[in-house]
Amino acid sequence: MQINKIKKEIAEMLSDVFDGATIMVGGFGEAGSPIELLHGLIDHGAKDLTIIANNSGNGRVGLGALIGQKQVKKVICSFARSAKGITFQELYNKGEIELEVVPQGTLAERIRAAGSGIPAFYTATAVGTPLAIGKEEKIFNGKKYILEEALNADFALIKADVSDRYGNLTFKKTARNFNPIMCMAAKQSLIQVRKLIEPHQTNPENVITPGIFVKKIIEIDNPIIETNAIEEGMIYP
Amino acid sequence: MTKKNFTNAEKGWERGVIASKIANDLPHASYVNLGIGMPELVSQHIKDDREIIYHSENGLLGMGPTPNENEIDFDLINAGKKPVTILPGGSFCHHADSFSMIRGGHIDYCVLGAMEVSMNGDLANWSTGKGIPAVGGAMDLVAGAKNVFVMTQHLTKEGKPKLVEKCTLPLTGSGVVSRVYTDYAIIDITKEGFKIVEINENLSIEYLQTVTEGRVYQ
Repeated sequence: MQINKIKKEIAEMLSDVFDGATIMVGGFGEAGSPIELLHGLIDHGAKDLTIIANNSGNGRVGLGALIGQKQVKKVICSFARSAKGITFQELYNKGEIELEVVPQGTLAERIRAAGSGIPAFYTATAVGTPLAIGKEEKIFNGKKYILEEALNADFALIKADVSDRYGNLTFKKTARNFNPIMCMAAKQSLIQVRKLIEPHQTNPENVITPGIFVKKIIEIDNPIIETNAIEEGMIYP
Repeated sequence: MTKKNFTNAEKGWERGVIASKIANDLPHASYVNLGIGMPELVSQHIKDDREIIYHSENGLLGMGPTPNENEIDFDLINAGKKPVTILPGGSFCHHADSFSMIRGGHIDYCVLGAMEVSMNGDLANWSTGKGIPAVGGAMDLVAGAKNVFVMTQHLTKEGKPKLVEKCTLPLTGSGVVSRVYTDYAIIDITKEGFKIVEINENLSIEYLQTVTEGRVYQ
């Protein structure tokens, strides 16, 4: 029997998601954001989710839509502000959603650390700032550092460009961003890809995320482009 | 030092002039990260005698200019989430590698905006203390880049000095700024205070002192 991580339905991709889960969402703004999987999560209906992502969504599409459905209790991100970030702003102003602000590089490193079995690390980022309050300090070679802990997740929703049935992923341009490290940090990484190919077509030299970090894959060959969807007035669901 | 509002402040250098002064101080073959907004102008003023490689936090090294409208690709954006291009010799990487370039001390210069800079090089540029707190990569850049340049107007829109003895806004980093470029002067952060490297040709040191909190000297 052959290994085959490819699923046909988005519901199958999200079948293990549960209320209260911690879910990483790939992408930087709209580049690499798994909009179809996020819409699947709205259809799934899981609640009290903690979302780890760089941003907090735009309009009522993708992550913005999920937050608008009040399925998210907490967002851990570096930049939760955006001109089109209507749903997060509204809930935040009402005190109905929690926010943990993390410097972008610390966010990336906490995710990378989780995927690599490193429970915590010291960094100079944020030393002397409000984001260092309550964190352990230590001096190495005369310079002050703070302790930051790894960020683990139950699931990661990821958009990649191309995959084979093993989950050997490549990404497109700057849509790579957080996606490879989130695949490593989550117990289950769930991938939407633009194109599926046969394993013999995969060039091993070009694989960015090896299949060991991938749980399930679905082909979404013409994914929604967030900017265009918002301009066209798309509201999900 | 009095906290005055300088509503009839002197006119200083135009933004393009400040940008060209920064561009002249970036050595050939530097790896540079330009902050969103005014610092982005610097890339338009690099002379032909040097090649600079631009880094964008979202995993792009070798960033090029804005594309033509028919070449826009929403999967090729900069840290401000605006469409950009990649130059020959450029590369993509994931976010942890991109921030290793910053945090590991591989970026030679970053140029950032400021709300306040203090005499000991503290920088406040991410939060007014109001609204949704959002930091992005600013704290990583100031902690990791080899040289942190600030590009800013000398006074706030309300006419208050941005160069201060001690920052009152939440810090981005402590003791991190090496040089400040304003419309009034180029100033180095030193143990003795704000050291004038160059002053706007139309201004006196006395005037510069009145619009700066904390000692300026030449």
